[in-house]
Amino acid sequence: MLIFEHSSKGRNGAPQSPRDKASVAAIPENLLRKKNATLPEVSELQAVRHYTRLSQKNFSIDTEFYPLGSCTMKYNPRACNTLAMLPGFLNAHPLTPDKQNQGFLACMFDLQSMLCEATGMAAFSLAPMAGAQGEFAGVAMIDAYHKSRGDDGRKEILVPDAAHGTNPATAVMCGFAVREIPTLDNGDVDLDALKLAVGPQTAGLMLTNPSTLGVFERNIEAIAKVVHEAGGLLYYDGANLNAILGKIRPGDMGFDVIHSNLHKTFSTPHGGGGPGSGAVGVAERLIPFLPLPVVAKEENSFRYLTAKDCPQSIGRLSAFMGNPGVLLRAFIYMRFLGREGMVRVAEFATLNANYMMAEAKRRGFTLAIDDRRASHEFIITLKNEARDFHVSAMDFAKRLLDLGYHAPTTYFPLLVPECLLIEPTESEAKEALDGFMDALEQIKQEAELNPELLHAAPQTLPVKRLDEVRAAKQLDLAFAR
Amino acid sequence: MLDTIGVDSIDDLFDEIPGHLRAAVMEAIPQGMNEMEISRLMRRRADKNTKALCFMGAGAYQHHIPAAVWEITTRGEFYSAYTPYQAEASQGTLQLTYEYQSMMTALTVMDVSNASMYDGASSLAEAILMSVRANRKSKSRKVLIPTTVNPVYRQTAHTIVKGQQIELLEVPYDKTLGTVSLEQIKQVQEQQGGDITALVLQQPNFFGCLEAVDEITDWAHENNILLIAVINPLIMAVLEPPGEWGSADEKVKGADIACGDGQPLGAPMSAGGPYYGLLCCKQALVRQMPGRIVGRTVDLDGKEGFVLTLQAREQHIRRSKATSNICTNQGLVVTASTIHMAIMGAKGLENTAAACFANNNVLVEKLTAIDGVEKVFAGTHFHETVLQLAGSAADICVSEMLVALMEKGILGGYDLSLDYPELGNAILVCTTEMRSEEDIDVYAKAMQEVLSSAASRQAAALPETA
Repeated sequence: MLIFEHSSKGRNGAPQSPRDKASVAAIPENLLRKKNATLPEVSELQAVRHYTRLSQKNFSIDTEFYPLGSCTMKYNPRACNTLAMLPGFLNAHPLTPDKQNQGFLACMFDLQSMLCEATGMAAFSLAPMAGAQGEFAGVAMIDAYHKSRGDDGRKEILVPDAAHGTNPATAVMCGFAVREIPTLDNGDVDLDALKLAVGPQTAGLMLTNPSTLGVFERNIEAIAKVVHEAGGLLYYDGANLNAILGKIRPGDMGFDVIHSNLHKTFSTPHGGGGPGSGAVGVAERLIPFLPLPVVAKEENSFRYLTAKDCPQSIGRLSAFMGNPGVLLRAFIYMRFLGREGMVRVAEFATLNANYMMAEAKRRGFTLAIDDRRASHEFIITLKNEARDFHVSAMDFAKRLLDLGYHAPTTYFPLLVPECLLIEPTESEAKEALDGFMDALEQIKQEAELNPELLHAAPQTLPVKRLDEVRAAKQLDLAFAR
Repeated sequence: MLDTIGVDSIDDLFDEIPGHLRAAVMEAIPQGMNEMEISRLMRRRADKNTKALCFMGAGAYQHHIPAAVWEITTRGEFYSAYTPYQAEASQGTLQLTYEYQSMMTALTVMDVSNASMYDGASSLAEAILMSVRANRKSKSRKVLIPTTVNPVYRQTAHTIVKGQQIELLEVPYDKTLGTVSLEQIKQVQEQQGGDITALVLQQPNFFGCLEAVDEITDWAHENNILLIAVINPLIMAVLEPPGEWGSADEKVKGADIACGDGQPLGAPMSAGGPYYGLLCCKQALVRQMPGRIVGRTVDLDGKEGFVLTLQAREQHIRRSKATSNICTNQGLVVTASTIHMAIMGAKGLENTAAACFANNNVLVEKLTAIDGVEKVFAGTHFHETVLQLAGSAADICVSEMLVALMEKGILGGYDLSLDYPELGNAILVCTTEMRSEEDIDVYAKAMQEVLSSAASRQAAALPETA
């Protein structure tokens, strides 16, 4: 039942707004609204109950194991939320003079510095509001860098075929053509193909390492050399930074520009699909191009740098400072962890993934890449089960929901047929991992004995499988008034 | 666990990483803290931020938010869920998003709303990209933006669209009214050879003045130009919503795309975010819309349910041919905003917006009663107004005035001299429903004091005349 269907004419949360309407008679008649919007007319209790009940229809980290590959669904410490919502931060107008905003700016400056150290980059901007905007900023900086040197012919961005969809979409948004580089069966980039692809038209290569296939790119030094020798720059998609935090730094691998998904590695909440944060870091030569604002420290005070300070900046990506509330949460999380904690993140995330991968193999599942270490995630392919029992990866995913587990990422990366991309994160105890593997094994048996159980799943959730074709054909995108 | 994997130590799991590249201890990152220590640090820093009486707007506004809004929003089931890719396990977020789309289309009287963009500024950038894809009758890729549109929105739009050979052309404003006139728009159109893809119009505009939206929308449509509205959604509870702009034929009536920042509907100012960008359009443009969209459908038993839909537009399916690279929306802020709108209702939003208007009139009246403080633009302004320190007040520049006010605990407004030097010594003040008559008196008294002490300093500095 929609909130609109709880409406009763004239009802609202009256104590929440001025009792009477002030006169707006001074506004010309033709500029006034003629008829009130059809918003819900409910009491505060009705709204609270409705949305509390809706929340209970969600799976979440706080309620279920959520091994969604590539999304790093780790625990979001409650203190990060409580402390980021202190009134001193919440009531700060974004255009407050720097002098009166020192507490907030100090956190931002420290966050920039810690991100530099954790990734081996020379400078950071916290402006991008999501991973995809971080990618945009990164590729725009690559473009600005080449153009600043009069090197105008670099019109192509290289992207491995295993990359996230945002990579090619970003390159196009920045005005580049995209060329895909194939991946070998062992998960490494096809170095020979890369060598053939680079040239004076190459602006850069966008790479995720560990890759979306859940393995570390072993030839990273050779790749960096090929790209750099061709005059291109190397872009690091930080989607999988959690796997290597404190173990190896993108800057040391030869990357020129990176984005870090703070909502993954640094545990800011995913919030049902955002807000995220895609802070960008750069090597020395790209510093002048960083997006604004950036926070600088002068003597003992902090201030926002402006276009006057940074005339070569690619510019602004938002009205103010990206997503400050998200940035504060990331800052708090990093201070919680400290330098030792960060290394533990990568270690336990990797331990958990490799343990689950070994268990999957022991229980008869086929691994997409069998003879390598997992990073913080790994891939099972269900192509045999699909062939033998006519069940799909999606059927497995839906059946997992019935058993109380959020499904892993399905059908990504696109290279692996019928795949489940599984990322446990460092937050989970062994019992949760074993429970999930038991459930997966049970489903495998069900697939053989009673595949209907999988086809009909889920049965225990608020709804059964939904008609997506109907949703796209008979568009119903808003409550009809 | 190590036995199951078949290794001796956790370190063995990293043996594919070249040894000489392994990271050293990260000295520049401090040691970890416990919750008590980090609480102390954060409270200290939060307290360092000065509390001031806020008369600043310019794109972010201090409004009342019912306590229930963030109490419910930060429940773990909303807070720690991800994008609803597994629809059956995400009906809470999906239904809420559908309700958000329903409320936003009701408020704007537009046909379709997406699940939100990052913020108002980036939403304008996406609206511009969308208009260029959608307006097939226009070949020019030229978009007109009056300088009455928020300057940081214009800057952001420039950053985001410049890679795609789109020209953003400024239209100057009328110096008396503080709005853009149709004559000036036509002039730029003619200078550019006639073919214009889209026109951006902000209501109320950055100066708080009210644009002639009906006349301009009709003209745009007669000239095959798509009209992009930039709005403050709260104020649309009182002002004519973008879906009704223009007086012409019902079929073409209304802005083609509406965007803006959802912050005034339930998001705290929070030093700049997270907020969210609203993005709405006419039905015909829905397949050019970027970002997530939720649709209502049925399950196998015919029971109502909600899914992400029209995903063929998006990057995870279309990759390099997607409508945008955008992946996330600002889900959690949209959650708050939806609950906010449900609790406030249309009546609550209307009364809030009307109070902003009325309070601002009181502020302007009291400030302009001070000798030398003048209203710059004639005509109606909503809850922001441009004032000038002129005549006897002209000796103190706006930046000094704002510093002096801050010393008295007042965030006095936005200094316009950087973005609009032609306005001279001008300041943009804002009042919301949060500012009481008493607050306004405090402001007026403080400004009077600053001017008086500047005048007496001035007098003391003058040589005595015989």
